[in-house]
Amino acid sequence: MSTDQKSKINLVVNSESKPYWEGAAKGQLLIRACDACGKVHHYPRTICPHCFSDDTAFVEASGNGVIYSYSVTRQAKPPYVIAYVKLDEGVSMLTNIVDCEIDKIRIGQKVRVKFSEAGDGYALPVFTCA
Amino acid sequence: MGINGKSYIVGIYEHPCRAALDKTLPQLHAEIAKGALADAGLSKDDVDAYFCAGDAPGLGPINMIEYMGLNNVRHMDSTETGGSSYIVHVSHAAQAIAAGHCNVALITLAGRPVADAKEGKPVRYYNQQAPDFPFEMPYGPNVTNMYAMCAMRHMYEYGTTSEQLAWIKVAASHHAQHNEHARLRDVVTVEDVVNSPMIADPLHRLDCCVITDGGGGVVMVSPEVAKSLKRTRVKVLGAGEAPKHLAAGQVDLTYSGARWSGPKAFAEAGVTPTDIKYASIYDSFTITVLETLEDLGFCKKGEGGKFVSDGNLISGVGKLPFNTDGGGLCNNHPGNRGGMTKVLEAVRQLRGEAHPKVQVRNCDIALAHGTGGLLGSRMGSATVILGSEDA
Repeated sequence: MSTDQKSKINLVVNSESKPYWEGAAKGQLLIRACDACGKVHHYPRTICPHCFSDDTAFVEASGNGVIYSYSVTRQAKPPYVIAYVKLDEGVSMLTNIVDCEIDKIRIGQKVRVKFSEAGDGYALPVFTCA
Repeated sequence: MGINGKSYIVGIYEHPCRAALDKTLPQLHAEIAKGALADAGLSKDDVDAYFCAGDAPGLGPINMIEYMGLNNVRHMDSTETGGSSYIVHVSHAAQAIAAGHCNVALITLAGRPVADAKEGKPVRYYNQQAPDFPFEMPYGPNVTNMYAMCAMRHMYEYGTTSEQLAWIKVAASHHAQHNEHARLRDVVTVEDVVNSPMIADPLHRLDCCVITDGGGGVVMVSPEVAKSLKRTRVKVLGAGEAPKHLAAGQVDLTYSGARWSGPKAFAEAGVTPTDIKYASIYDSFTITVLETLEDLGFCKKGEGGKFVSDGNLISGVGKLPFNTDGGGLCNNHPGNRGGMTKVLEAVRQLRGEAHPKVQVRNCDIALAHGTGGLLGSRMGSATVILGSEDA
């Protein structure tokens, strides 16, 4: 883990994560839902971490959420905002808050997903002030 | 079958170096083993169990057992929970001794991040096959910002302030001034902390622990072996360990795994937080201490800020003397793993061998707690409660 520089985006694409990145490239924020117990989870897994069923599938999230917590990494050039965003669907995800005035970011603020180019035709879900 | 009273810590050693440019990693482990065994009055051939974590180079414990010539090992354990590993090891060694699997257990930790950086060695990268890696690493998580988000949320929910967090560093610095080996010995004020550069909001530079080389070791034995030794023995009374993580997306950053490891340790020891005369609390950052104190029940959830203020953690001043060696915030955080030094200072306090300026009077029951990994995502928490012979 780098301490003073945001790591260059280098997506790990494997059999579990590939559909997630492909969805992001199409402008969809995907979360994983379990048909057996009806619950959603994040990060996505093949086997449901709630009930251990393998009857899981990606579903599209609304892309809306609120900032649960955040921090500004001041020593990075340029500084960046890391955050947990709680999605309207009830799960929280680690992400970045972009294209907002950094010093005005607050917990509880409504945010909306957007997608940043991540190379090889994939995209990375990030959030901006709604 | 519990572990209460079934094993003793009889030897400890903290390596005095804080930058190990002239020493290899295996050499540090061996020097530490030698120091801890000498403190106990035992030899390497007495050792029949060896414990180490991911900092030990090689295949689990095997290479270090070979390097040190530990020829009588019949029990080994390389449980890895980051910086809390060594507190888990104390618990596991106590279990193994209680079960009759061994009589003399050696635990070592060593690291040389300062020397490695100077030598241009690559930082050890997090395993790309970790399931969370693909979904988190692109966002630039690092140690500081992942703890900072906990502080930010704690402030939001409970009104905790930067000044309150600063008191934790102030207390550590009051203790470190008396430790000749401490990396930072200057006493600092709340103003010094909050005016130090912002690293990751809301954590300032002085909210962060030091980075040091070195390490430490512990020797634990059965009651029979303990009685044969001259050294003041410290009894293991109880222990608990617990993982805490993001719970499939139900994220709550306001507490640590101490919420679960603590009660197990207290129950096994048959004591409560009010019985604890001294506490070693993992202090990678000030927020780590604050959340842990709440989770262990030293104060109510959300009241940690008030609890740590006005010198309440300073020995001789406050109600709960903590990290009297200066802790990770000022003294030593060898190999970026602070669990071992937490055990060492608790043992010094129970032996009455802490620095006279910070020694807690009538210290008969002490606690050591570790948080390994990241408070802001996933961690291994471990608590051990130790006592004097009469405890």
